[in-house]
Amino acid sequence: MNFDGEKPIYLQIAEQIEDAILTEAFPEETQIPSTTEISATYRINPATALKGINRLVEEGMVYKKRGLGMFVSRGAKEKIMEKRKRDFYANFVVSLLEEAEKLGITRRELAAMIEEEETGHESTDL
Amino acid sequence: MSQLTYEHVTMQFQDVTALENVSFTLESGHIYGLLGRNGAGKSTLLSLSAGWRRQTSGRVLLDGEPVWENAAALRRIVCTSDGNLFPSMTVEKGMRWYARYRPDFSMDEALDMAGRFELPLRSKIQSLSTGYGTIFKMIVALASNAPFTFLDEPILGLDANHRDLFYRLVVEHFAHNPRCIVISTHLIEECAALLDHVVVLHRGRLLLDEDTEQTLSRGYSVTGPAAAVAAYAAGRSVYGEQNLGGMTTAYLEGRPEGPAPSNLEFGRLDLQQLFIQLTNDSERRGNTK
Repeated sequence: MNFDGEKPIYLQIAEQIEDAILTEAFPEETQIPSTTEISATYRINPATALKGINRLVEEGMVYKKRGLGMFVSRGAKEKIMEKRKRDFYANFVVSLLEEAEKLGITRRELAAMIEEEETGHESTDL
Repeated sequence: MSQLTYEHVTMQFQDVTALENVSFTLESGHIYGLLGRNGAGKSTLLSLSAGWRRQTSGRVLLDGEPVWENAAALRRIVCTSDGNLFPSMTVEKGMRWYARYRPDFSMDEALDMAGRFELPLRSKIQSLSTGYGTIFKMIVALASNAPFTFLDEPILGLDANHRDLFYRLVVEHFAHNPRCIVISTHLIEECAALLDHVVVLHRGRLLLDEDTEQTLSRGYSVTGPAAAVAAYAAGRSVYGEQNLGGMTTAYLEGRPEGPAPSNLEFGRLDLQQLFIQLTNDSERRGNTK
């Protein structure tokens, strides 16, 4: 795995696990890999992996079963979806508008592009 | 928790001061990066730690006891450079000899690692290739399970697959036995994610001794048109900068106080970049922090 230098690695680990919960690679009420497995797989310091997991614990996405390990909380997928929707504006819309402005793309053109993309998908679906 | 403490350590070789008044502490439960440019004093620090040399002044203490000529302390400190002790033995026999000197040496772990690296057990240690020579030393160091394990350029001559395996083994062994592992290397970028703490030596002095995450938050980069970057950087502390045509990237100390102006982009520093900037910086200004 290549880590994106723009973000601390522990956040990237947390996001990776969230992605796996979203795609149901880690379904609710199932165990996620241990800190050791995660750190050995990605060749990162175990403290970094632990920090990433702890973040998910704080947000209620995963919980600890004593003596067993970390499990995906019931409702975690829904929660992640809500959180990602909240962040969507800041993470994608704002940077989309900024980049469009740099390139001199008007709002109208941008809207047209999105519209076109949508219809394009519909036609390939047929 | 065990501690290896360097107190005002100075090492003088005739007219060369290899280390000057260096003080810091290593603790179990961490993977440290010992970083420094050529001649910074890393090797000298390792040889004092392993008890091969005695510092000119100051103290090196393991849990309060000087390590110099202290056999009990030195059994708890291992350095890869002592993998050169039995050059004419075969790999397997060499491992068994190391086991005699290391109370917690695990032959099972050593053989497991040798298998994963496909290290030929019946070859003579001295006839190993550069890469396998490095691997052999690294294996005996990790299998020693010493509370303080110094890995000196542990990936020298290793191909990409073996480097990758090395990183994995370090994490596995550290997780299994959370000792203190110190990786001394020039290949900072590759090791960065393993290190939770960095110690930087520069011209024999301690330049940095800090949590990695904290270190990385010491600075940021600003990229944009040269004039805009210059205007932004004015009045701020600059580590260094790079120019490409009319574009400039400046490396600044501290954290940005707000979002980037529209024509500038902020970035995080990576450890290697920060290291280059810090060690250039003090070279230019001729001082250390």
